[in-house]
Amino acid sequence: MTATTAPAEHGGARIAQLEDVKVRFGKGDNAFLALDRTNLTVRPGDFVAMVGPSGCGKSTILKLVAGLLRPTEGVVFVAGREVGAEQVGIGMAFQNPTMLPWLTIRQNIMLPLKIVKPYSDTFGRDKNTVFRDRADALLAKVGLTGFGDRRPWELSGGMLQRANLCRALIHSPKLLMLDEPFGALDQFTREELWAVLQDLWMETKPTVFLVTHDLREAAFLASRILVMSARPGRVTEDRAVDFARPRTLETTFESEFTDLTNDLRRLIFAARQGVEKA
Amino acid sequence: MLSPQIRENLKSASFIVLMFVAWEVACIVFHISPIVLPRPSAIFSTLFTQMPALWPHILQTLATTMVGFALGMVIGVALGVFVGVSRTAYKTAYPLLVGFSSIPKVAVVPIFVLWFGSGTVPAVLTALTTCIFPIVVNVATGLATTEPEMEDVLKALGASRMQVLWNVSLPRTMPYFFASLKVAVTLAFVGTVLSETVASNFGIGTVMMMATSSFDVPLAFAGLFALAFLGIALYSVFAIIEQRVCGWANRKQEFAMG
Repeated sequence: MTATTAPAEHGGARIAQLEDVKVRFGKGDNAFLALDRTNLTVRPGDFVAMVGPSGCGKSTILKLVAGLLRPTEGVVFVAGREVGAEQVGIGMAFQNPTMLPWLTIRQNIMLPLKIVKPYSDTFGRDKNTVFRDRADALLAKVGLTGFGDRRPWELSGGMLQRANLCRALIHSPKLLMLDEPFGALDQFTREELWAVLQDLWMETKPTVFLVTHDLREAAFLASRILVMSARPGRVTEDRAVDFARPRTLETTFESEFTDLTNDLRRLIFAARQGVEKA
Repeated sequence: MLSPQIRENLKSASFIVLMFVAWEVACIVFHISPIVLPRPSAIFSTLFTQMPALWPHILQTLATTMVGFALGMVIGVALGVFVGVSRTAYKTAYPLLVGFSSIPKVAVVPIFVLWFGSGTVPAVLTALTTCIFPIVVNVATGLATTEPEMEDVLKALGASRMQVLWNVSLPRTMPYFFASLKVAVTLAFVGTVLSETVASNFGIGTVMMMATSSFDVPLAFAGLFALAFLGIALYSVFAIIEQRVCGWANRKQEFAMG
């Protein structure tokens, strides 16, 4: 299999790159452009949050990078290789925690180790020793010590989402895809999990793509926020967020933070107005 | 003191006994002729006294049913996986399956007899064709209900189709599969007995045929009861296996849906 290599890198490494990417869904009269000519370069360790009106192609970008979707036009590179040729073991978490009910929480979390190399080679041998400890250590970090042997239905929504984060991170992925992971949780649990996610991210600094509709969540977590326009989706604003880390809930009360979220809100509101006029 | 579980069971058992008592009483009070509807006591005593003569027939019917059911299970799972995994297969096979299952099996028996002669073979085949449909449909449905998010998570990790099937789709299908087995095993009995009544000289179906033609109605009912007991016994066996294998699926309700 011949994987096209990314163009010669000039200055700064990149882990993901979209080049003139367009995505069209449907056929004939029902066809629509979900993502319009998009260029995007993401450096390793970036925490990219994508915000925008619903249906603007946020999740589309996520799926492109994860290799779940092929672009209609253009090229997507991940870790220097064209996406689709070879997978790199990307961690992923959705709003729906999708824990498998016939496995314990620990077994659920260890599932990626069963699939991603090199872990999968020694899964049979290590699942009761090294991998088990690794899962338990991760569970401890998200505050689920002692829940490894429980079944998914015994846990609350917030706990399941913590476990979901563990499953997405157990194999130390270079790329982490989060599609509204906290969308179904109440405000308090959500804010708690922001801190948990931030801690996990600061340890290994994977590159994160976070799709969210919560502007405070984006501002709290991200090092870079992309604002997208309504369909056809385009990146209309690319903003660096450099509040000091670790950020706390106090950070969210500072004026710079509220200024940023207000700015974002205005931008998205403008994008939605655009739709209604069109 | 009895535990609530035992009390619950006693209650339902006593209702079943009560139903037979009501039947018995009704037969006596309304002077119902045993040729129309024998009393349960007469049926049970016939079942008991005729047991030595009935036993080989019961074994025959049981064996025929189990062979037909086992074949139906193997072919049903294979077809179900095929139909559940491939979209083209789904579109091609589904209408055929629905069409086939709509044919009354009584119409098929003579064809089987034509091909294989009367006896055990057409009975096995009738049992097979009667019980296969729910297995195929449930296995296919189970495979098709894999959450798309879960599939995305695994694909992003780089899982192959086989890995997705093995780790997620097949375990997810188990409750559907076992639910279908419980139904299928009782249907297999229907198929066997149907074929035996039409074209065989052995088995409970044959016994019942001969009993009704000689107006030995208690014996015919004894055959019915024997069938019912076998059905309940096999249903329970599969219900217990189901509970063992995929208890995770019935954590909320005590009774799984058929």
